[in-house]
Amino acid sequence: MKSKRLVIFFSVVIALSFGVGAFAGALETFIGETGEIRIAGGTAHIPVMKAAAIRIMSHNPDIHISIAGGGSGVGIKQVGEGLVDIGNSGRKAKRAEISRYGLRMFKWAVDGVGIVVNPANKVRSLSQEQVVAIFAGKITNWQEVDGEDRKINLYTRDEASGTRAVFWKKALNKGKIAKNANFVVSNGAMKAAVSQDPYAIGYVSVGHMDDSLAGVAFDGIQPTLENVQSGKYPIARGLYSNTRGEPVGLVKKFIDYLFTTEGQKIVAQKGFVPVK
Amino acid sequence: MKRATEKTIEKLFFLSAFISGLITFSIFGFLLIPGLPLFSKGRFFSILTEPWVPHFGQFGIYPMITGTLAITLLTMLFAFPLSLGCATLINLENKSWFSALLRKTVEMMTGVPTVIYGFVGIFLLVPLVRNIFNIGSGMCVLSAALMLTLLVSPTMILLFCDSFTRVPHAYGDAVLAMGGTEVQKFLYVTLPNSWPGILVGVTLAFGRALGDTLIVLMIAGNAVQVPGALFDSARTLTSHIALVFAADYNSPEFQAIFTCAIVLYLFSSALAVAVRLIHDKRRIRV
Repeated sequence: MKSKRLVIFFSVVIALSFGVGAFAGALETFIGETGEIRIAGGTAHIPVMKAAAIRIMSHNPDIHISIAGGGSGVGIKQVGEGLVDIGNSGRKAKRAEISRYGLRMFKWAVDGVGIVVNPANKVRSLSQEQVVAIFAGKITNWQEVDGEDRKINLYTRDEASGTRAVFWKKALNKGKIAKNANFVVSNGAMKAAVSQDPYAIGYVSVGHMDDSLAGVAFDGIQPTLENVQSGKYPIARGLYSNTRGEPVGLVKKFIDYLFTTEGQKIVAQKGFVPVK
Repeated sequence: MKRATEKTIEKLFFLSAFISGLITFSIFGFLLIPGLPLFSKGRFFSILTEPWVPHFGQFGIYPMITGTLAITLLTMLFAFPLSLGCATLINLENKSWFSALLRKTVEMMTGVPTVIYGFVGIFLLVPLVRNIFNIGSGMCVLSAALMLTLLVSPTMILLFCDSFTRVPHAYGDAVLAMGGTEVQKFLYVTLPNSWPGILVGVTLAFGRALGDTLIVLMIAGNAVQVPGALFDSARTLTSHIALVFAADYNSPEFQAIFTCAIVLYLFSSALAVAVRLIHDKRRIRV
């Protein structure tokens, strides 16, 4: 009788520990680690970086992870100069950058760049020609694309932005961006600007799109997660985390974590396409 | 014995003055050396007058210089009368609770971080400007200048007040003794005697408006164009540096921002010299 109870007790303990083990899963590798990871660069990456950092730091409070923005250019430059441990970029590092700094790139998600307008704007679909003409400053009134009779307010990103680089290459065919375009410095700032301005047009990472913005179909294709995943939506790019040389220790564990089932689940939750 | 300590202290002070002077000059050197390739190719002046089109190999900062001047001058146009008015009010109503409250508020405002003004600008002022005037996005020269007015006015008001109180009391008493009113005393004695202080306040505020980065970066719109109207989006030298700073070290973009820095440095040095000259003149007068 007593031994039977003991057996049940132990099996419960074992089952529980397995259960807990399966739950903590990918975070197990961080046990016993201490130290700091400094991350900077691409602003599209920030939601995923934050979610991953919160989980790791609440699992092991001895690890400190700091996350900064700046744009893809900043990410590559700072990791190359050794100012941060991980430099994020929303574009592949250029060959010159890779050879100069000895960069290693890790692509952990695919992201679309969606054209967005204010929800109060009726326009929900534009052809590539129209997009090119709008950003070049040739179409300046919403009326010309079946909207209200109001001037179009253009919003673009600074030269260091990976989002801009991809948008410029794949949506604008490397075309001109009008001189009177307003510049904002992050995906978050773009969201704030377009959601405030009823006559705005801009572009953000699909992972940053929500009810405060209205996505515009590009050549008839909606900028949704499904369309990016299936490859139908053409304005897409990889999201990269870069390190100088082969990553080691805590930094390696952090990058590995992004590729675990749990890490990729965060990627999907935040509106990006997982790579695994 | 006393002489010896005095001498050591004198030397210490001289040394610290020398070091701070040296730092200022080495900053200029630091700006000049990386910018040197621009001078040797004779491109410095073309950069000052060309437009900024990196894809066509043009790295001029002319739009940024005009943007900076437009925003700064407009700011001074708003801020000077406002500050003079506030300072006058504080001074005339010297003993009332209202002037004390006004002065305390102004003193508190000098400590507000610029990012707060930027935030208020983006979420309150920009939509307001857009809805009232119905032109453009609201991110424009006017919005930036209005917000900068809020930033620079407190400094000016406090400096104006100080220069008013520095006018010898006997002068004012003489006016009152002759049957003059408080207003007459202010207009004919206090104001004319405090102009050097007013000038110092204006120059310092001008320098602050010129050098501010965050407010203009957040609400001026940052378009690379020569602003032609109040409602045009514009980029200043400071926000241009902030925006281009992420570029590759060896790129011409990065070299061009050294020109921005040199221009800014020269602007603010000229202002500093102006303040010094005014100060010296005042010392002789009083």
